[in-house]
Amino acid sequence: MAKDGDVKLIGAWPSPFVMRPRIALNLKGVEYEFLEEKFGAKSDLLLRSNPVHKKIPVLLHADRPVCESLVIVQYVDDAWPSSGPSILPSDPYDRATARFWAAYIDEKWFPSMTGIAKAQGEEAKKAALDQVAEGLSLLEDAFGKISKGKPFFGGDTVGFLDIALGCLLGWLRVTEKMNGVKLLDEAKVPGLAKWAERFCADDAVKGVMPETDKLAEFAKLIMAKFKAAPSPQ
Amino acid sequence: MAGKVILLDFWPSMFGMRCRIALALKGIQYEYKEEDLRNKSDLLLQMNPIHKKIPVLVHDGKPVCESLIILHYIDETWPDKCPLLPSDPYQRAQARFWADYVDKKFYDLGRKVWTTKGEEQEMGKKELIGSIKLLEGELGDKPFFGGEKLGFVDIALVPFTTWFHAYEVCGSFSIEAQCPKLMAWTKRCLEIECVSKSLADPHKVCDFVLQLKKALGIE
Repeated sequence: MAKDGDVKLIGAWPSPFVMRPRIALNLKGVEYEFLEEKFGAKSDLLLRSNPVHKKIPVLLHADRPVCESLVIVQYVDDAWPSSGPSILPSDPYDRATARFWAAYIDEKWFPSMTGIAKAQGEEAKKAALDQVAEGLSLLEDAFGKISKGKPFFGGDTVGFLDIALGCLLGWLRVTEKMNGVKLLDEAKVPGLAKWAERFCADDAVKGVMPETDKLAEFAKLIMAKFKAAPSPQ
Repeated sequence: MAGKVILLDFWPSMFGMRCRIALALKGIQYEYKEEDLRNKSDLLLQMNPIHKKIPVLVHDGKPVCESLIILHYIDETWPDKCPLLPSDPYQRAQARFWADYVDKKFYDLGRKVWTTKGEEQEMGKKELIGSIKLLEGELGDKPFFGGEKLGFVDIALVPFTTWFHAYEVCGSFSIEAQCPKLMAWTKRCLEIECVSKSLADPHKVCDFVLQLKKALGIE
């Protein structure tokens, strides 16, 4: 039931949220045109396609826009049901579990990670890092329960929750590098540490996961820009 | 599909109301358990240890948390009666987008209106009206966001209307006067029994909010 119509994705290489639909499309074997946004200047197409939030990623399928990374991932799963593996689990309770942890990652864990850069002073920084570590510990526990010994949250193949969390690995590594800490510590979160290696090596992920060094350079660039001209984003 | 259903809830919660509507539309028998949020039950803390929040749907002893996730779960577990999401993938994506929009905006904007004053409150009022107008635009000429029948976005949004009276009293403004289209949509929703019996009384909500303001020391 592959839908007719070309597929475009408006995004930017450093964005973890943009990576999510890219992986979903790769899993489904769907070809798409990647429209790279320039940092600091939103294109007319983006503003027209996502007037509500004006954010990337935006999927354009036969010119119809779909916005919000996890909404897009579910759309890709719904629109190409017979191509590639199912991205969401088939059982309603497993689906609810995957959605719960994806929401936790977006609403609690990711903000705790960006909180590290915002923290002023040593104590605040340590508290912020502890929060991220705590979150990882919860996710380690969840991984054990959900994967049931299989390589991914989704089972044998990369699924919804793998995509939700995996896309943040690049920025997690940058955070580790810039703060001289190991958060994805094999000693503390062994399940997740090994899962991360498998995720990054997966065919659907390899080509779209940015190199940590390149991301770190980019992070320095945006931090410098914000320090130079502190305007509301 | 079989198995006991319990809803851990709190009567004025918009998020809880969403679940009540969905369960009613699907004709699912369930036990409603009222939580005292100042004294959370062991069951709630056990079923939602991460967030410790209501609503929680407990089906056969297994918890489902987060209202929109609960709506998806209800729709997928009891698919035969009254589908909440459309079948077309693009329409589903649009429904999910707008329900997510309601979650990202309404609660915080409403909270701004009833907990702040002065310039901050004025901004909150303006943004809330702006948000409602955006939703009115999305509704267009359709009777419901779901089209001819109530759908996912309708269920996500209509509980917030029970708090409008409280916002109006706290903010000294009229949402009804500025957003007649949404008011008309609210009336249509209330004509559906599954909706009206699931929603809290706006006057009771207002009393609750005013009491809460006093208790929190907000003037």
